[in-house]
Amino acid sequence: MKVTVFVSPKITVLDPQGAAVEQAMKSLGYESVEGVRVGKTITFEMEGSDSPDSREKLDKLCDGLLSNPVIEDFRYEIEEG
Amino acid sequence: MRVAILQFPGSNCDWDSEHAVRDVLGVSAHRVWHKARLPSETEAVIVPGGFSFGDYLRCGAIARFSPIMHDLKNFAEKGGQVLGICNGFQILCESGLLPGALIRNDCLDFRCLNQNLTVENSNERFNQNTLGNSLLLPIAHGEGNFRADESVLFSLEENQQVLIRYDGNPNGSVNAIAGIRNSAGNVYGMMPHPERAVGSHHPCLDGLPVLKAFLEPLLDSIPVEVTSG
Repeated sequence: MKVTVFVSPKITVLDPQGAAVEQAMKSLGYESVEGVRVGKTITFEMEGSDSPDSREKLDKLCDGLLSNPVIEDFRYEIEEG
Repeated sequence: MRVAILQFPGSNCDWDSEHAVRDVLGVSAHRVWHKARLPSETEAVIVPGGFSFGDYLRCGAIARFSPIMHDLKNFAEKGGQVLGICNGFQILCESGLLPGALIRNDCLDFRCLNQNLTVENSNERFNQNTLGNSLLLPIAHGEGNFRADESVLFSLEENQQVLIRYDGNPNGSVNAIAGIRNSAGNVYGMMPHPERAVGSHHPCLDGLPVLKAFLEPLLDSIPVEVTSG
């Protein structure tokens, strides 16, 4: 299965990069833009299929290494095949 | 060995830390590779600054899973003295040995300057009597913006776990926090670099009282002659 993990700064945590990008968007004329947050995506292949067991493993992986629960949220998408 | 200085791929303050502890403070110190075991005779550990594993993913995120971190956690849980400086502070936060996290500076710039700091009365070793009311120490970081949720921040302040604060907050840290300790008082972390302020070739010497405060449990037992040259 193919996994895509999306990591984003927690909504309660300041995002300096997001603020800078938002400023740039506004200066390009996109003045109505707000709430810009910059995160990252991590993609990988993993053996197995979408099951409670593999989701448990993924949760652990995301919570330990791929994101820091103090400052970041994560979600992931699984593509079979 | 008395002081172990951890070396990760990308550490770059390891030699400076060794020089400050061994040559300036006269305490035996050695660098220990991240894949080695922590020597059994270790009395204190410094996790030095740098860019461990290229700061990939997040600062300190990958170093946290290095083999030696298992020994470091055991060492800290048994009350061993640990000091994380800059990237070392980030590693200690990532590994859960210290609360909070360090994110991108609010100005987005890499801040590299000699920074004035206000000393807090934290415990019997880190206070205004031992360190003076203020310190001048070099800072050099892009991710020194200390963050913690409200309850963690409240307990840090309530338990006097804040060691030092920035004057004129250079990176946006909450409550201008530049350094903290854990509640037990054996794990310390700070963004400023005391090891870069110990000799006449450095811009200031305020790293000496900071390192002495950290190493005080070790210094008690041996005569120490501090040279500033």
